[in-house]
Amino acid sequence: MSVADTRPAAAAPGGSDTSGRGSAFRSGTPEGDGVTVVEPLIFEHSRPGRRAVRFPSPSAAARQAAASQPRVPDPLRRRAAPRLPEVSELDLVRHFNRLSHLNFAIDLGFYPLGSCTMKYNPKVNEWAAHLPGFADSHPLDPAPLSQGSLELQWLLAELLKEVSGFAAVSLQPAAGAHGELTGMLMARAYHASRGEGEQRTTVLVPDSAHGTNPATASMVGYATVTIRSNERGGIDLQALREALGPETAALMITNPSTLGIFEDQIDQVIAAVHEAGALAYMDGANLNAILGRFRAGEAGFDLMHFNLHKTFSTPHGGGGPGAGPVGASDRMAPFLPTPLPLLEAGDPEEVRRNAWRGRSTPGGRFALEQPDARPTSIGKVRAFTGNFGTHVRAYAYIRSNGADGLRSVSNDAVLAANYLRVRLSDAYELPYDRICKHEVIFSGRRQKRANGVTTLDIAKALLDEGIHPPTIYFPLIVDEALMIEPTETESLETLERFVEVMHDIARRASQDPAALRASPRHTPVGRLDEAGAARRPDLRYRFPDGADSAPAGPTEP
Amino acid sequence: MTYSPHTDAERARMLEAIGVGSVDDLFDDVPPAVRATGFGLPPPLTEQEVRAELGRLAGRNRVPEISFLGAGVYRHLVPAVVGEVIGRSEFATAYTPYQPEVSQGTLQSIYEFQSLICELTGMEVASASHYDGATATAEAALMACRLTRRHRIVVSTGLNPEYRRVLRTYCSGPGVEIVEVPADLAEGGSGTTHADAARQALGDSIACLVAQQPNFYGQLEPMSELAEAAHGAGAQLVAVVEPVSLALLEPPGSYGADIVTAEGQPLGIPASFGGPYVGLMAARMDSVRQMPGRLVGATRDVRNQRGYVLTLQAREQHIRREKAASNICTNQALCALAATAYLIAVGPEGLREVAVAGTTQVRHIAAALEAAGLAERRFTGPYFAEVALRMPRATARREALLARGMVAGYPLERDEAALADTLLLAATELTTDDQVERLVDALQATP
Repeated sequence: MSVADTRPAAAAPGGSDTSGRGSAFRSGTPEGDGVTVVEPLIFEHSRPGRRAVRFPSPSAAARQAAASQPRVPDPLRRRAAPRLPEVSELDLVRHFNRLSHLNFAIDLGFYPLGSCTMKYNPKVNEWAAHLPGFADSHPLDPAPLSQGSLELQWLLAELLKEVSGFAAVSLQPAAGAHGELTGMLMARAYHASRGEGEQRTTVLVPDSAHGTNPATASMVGYATVTIRSNERGGIDLQALREALGPETAALMITNPSTLGIFEDQIDQVIAAVHEAGALAYMDGANLNAILGRFRAGEAGFDLMHFNLHKTFSTPHGGGGPGAGPVGASDRMAPFLPTPLPLLEAGDPEEVRRNAWRGRSTPGGRFALEQPDARPTSIGKVRAFTGNFGTHVRAYAYIRSNGADGLRSVSNDAVLAANYLRVRLSDAYELPYDRICKHEVIFSGRRQKRANGVTTLDIAKALLDEGIHPPTIYFPLIVDEALMIEPTETESLETLERFVEVMHDIARRASQDPAALRASPRHTPVGRLDEAGAARRPDLRYRFPDGADSAPAGPTEP
Repeated sequence: MTYSPHTDAERARMLEAIGVGSVDDLFDDVPPAVRATGFGLPPPLTEQEVRAELGRLAGRNRVPEISFLGAGVYRHLVPAVVGEVIGRSEFATAYTPYQPEVSQGTLQSIYEFQSLICELTGMEVASASHYDGATATAEAALMACRLTRRHRIVVSTGLNPEYRRVLRTYCSGPGVEIVEVPADLAEGGSGTTHADAARQALGDSIACLVAQQPNFYGQLEPMSELAEAAHGAGAQLVAVVEPVSLALLEPPGSYGADIVTAEGQPLGIPASFGGPYVGLMAARMDSVRQMPGRLVGATRDVRNQRGYVLTLQAREQHIRREKAASNICTNQALCALAATAYLIAVGPEGLREVAVAGTTQVRHIAAALEAAGLAERRFTGPYFAEVALRMPRATARREALLARGMVAGYPLERDEAALADTLLLAATELTTDDQVERLVDALQATP
């Protein structure tokens, strides 16, 4: 059944249809309690001639002057106007406000999504990013107009260097995976600079790694070799040593790992990698666990990406934007993307000292590196200098917390994860029963074996309790995995309620497994036919027959 | 300022439950040899102090009173309603919609975004978003390599130089070779890519031709002819477009583009010193399985209601790992929502008004400067909402105008020696007659 099939009912405001999606509100559940928002597609709200925002027409003088210039030739013109929805501003506002009611969000409830660090996103950071001085700053404005943006980027890089112990940081990558791509391109450039570009063709990746690691390796033309984990959840040092060789370009390792475990032999891992002439890359997705405790650059890593949208609390936006800056050791710094923000005039120590006291430095001047100033650079990985609005938020977050605040971020994040570890270990199997870091991994094996209730069922049952499920079925090496990351911003009451709900689900799994398998029952939609969606892709709205667009209007010039 | 809710008594209670004496015991697994020796960050700040510091930095930027700078990023009116929509924390603080039962708001809005981009470009399928226009273009070129199983690409130098740099970086990894086909920058030239030149560069090893409409110089390319040239050699046409221009210009689906990419920033997203923006990508349905990035599809739930899910995930890194179409994971969802709200707010008529205002005012600029004998058009033939103007001592005069709070466009000699003394000036609906007059006056006063 296609989306278009529901249109007649949808077109009758206030009506309802068998799909249940035709009108703005309906009773919430099959049992009839509550009211749930249902919202048609915006195209179904459209009425020809309805308008929201209007723009002034060019003056007669402007049009007259323009008439002397070349016109857009007819063959290059659009023949029919695009069929964008035609709605009033109120239609638009209601549409998106109703849609927003169908979302779960960190501002609504607990989001213990492992490896995603769904912590609270402070509002003052939003305020800062919207300041007109930042929002209206054009990336190609001459440097004298952009001193504030450039100083902020320079200072943020300085702060990230201190957090990580790296020699240099590029803010250009737009996301974690983009940072990985940057790091692996730098690894290629480094080996090529030493005449080993042809020889080093493989990247080692532990079996617990995020999918982005092997995908990144492929994208830069490297083959991936998977390293198994040992029975304690760490990388198997013996397997690593056997896999390392003259063809190894790099090891990509997430630390703490996706099992929530700090690699307690990390010093030996780095030493082994370096002995083989390869580079050690740390996936910094889980940095929230180790602020002030472990600095990858200081420990000998060559490269690392940060996820500003995780550790430094910029909002996830329903999937982005984020930012994935890359830190580099001394020997890797020459390969960082260009341009870096530079302090062109002024003493760095003085500029930092002043900025930490909220002052500008007289005579201090910032600039972007010239495009060809650093021939060793891998070049640009994105236009301009990165997701600047995200940099503003992260800078505000780091300054708010300061050294003490960031230390307590990790302390409290690790404390919360370990608290859940001990409180839930009676009800769920704990594959790695040891001190964890920011997240703890349980397995739903017991429930599956005894009651036929899968981890997916447990996740869907949580939805009915107003709690976002943990990451499930990942890492791949844990059967029926439930990956729980509570973060530092959730109160003890929230953690207690989660424990209570998880215990209740475990109990219901043995008493009434069928009810769990039927969950969720109280969400705006029930379980969706994902297989059907992939088999018969319906990826865009289909206009009804005869709803062709009007001919494009007058199109001077 | 910290955002942790825990009191010391609560921390003590948790430590006791865990069975350790102090929080330091939870970090025993960090080998002593590699524990952090320093953490020399500044002290914490209160909200009042954070505001003062961020206000200080924002205040050090000087937003020009008048600017004709575009070159890929355009200052447009961002309707208040767009900011209102993306400011809702149900959208802003949601994660990737992996749990569709509680993510229908995000998922439906992405489905609407995909539908709008398809309609605007005349293509069959659009992805949920990329980092920006430049990376979307690089990913499109790699996608064309996978589709054709070829490993060289042809790129017009009419493509934005920022995009060309990003393309070079992305192609360096898998070793995709880039052949450049020059835009006609000769005196009296069109500033565009000649189909004959493209045909010469194409051959049976070329995966795609990448060309931009309107091109970096604002000139209108013969896209139909370029498409024919590419297809004649068995290559794909990657068309890089500007979304507002599609209110007036032929949609790429009509002239035979195989993959379309764009920077979505003009659609309700502030310039914000280069980001966050949103990369758009659209293609034909028969190449969807090689398309990078997330896709949302419509389906039904167990109650037979319409609903939306992330779909065709067998292309993506979390399923396919090293065999994925791309490594992209986090994208620019909230910026895609801004573009969605923008396109709905302006509607077909409003988008046309924006495009007409820009194309009219840029012609007003060119006509006024020509009439005053101050500048001449560097290229012949039609242009869209940006124009390359040559004037004596252009760089020095641009500097002089800067002191008056005016940015007189982008100096093209920065990327092309052949374009000395040439400025690229852009206009949008925010450009007023008064600004044009003041530009003329300022240039007259700055010989």
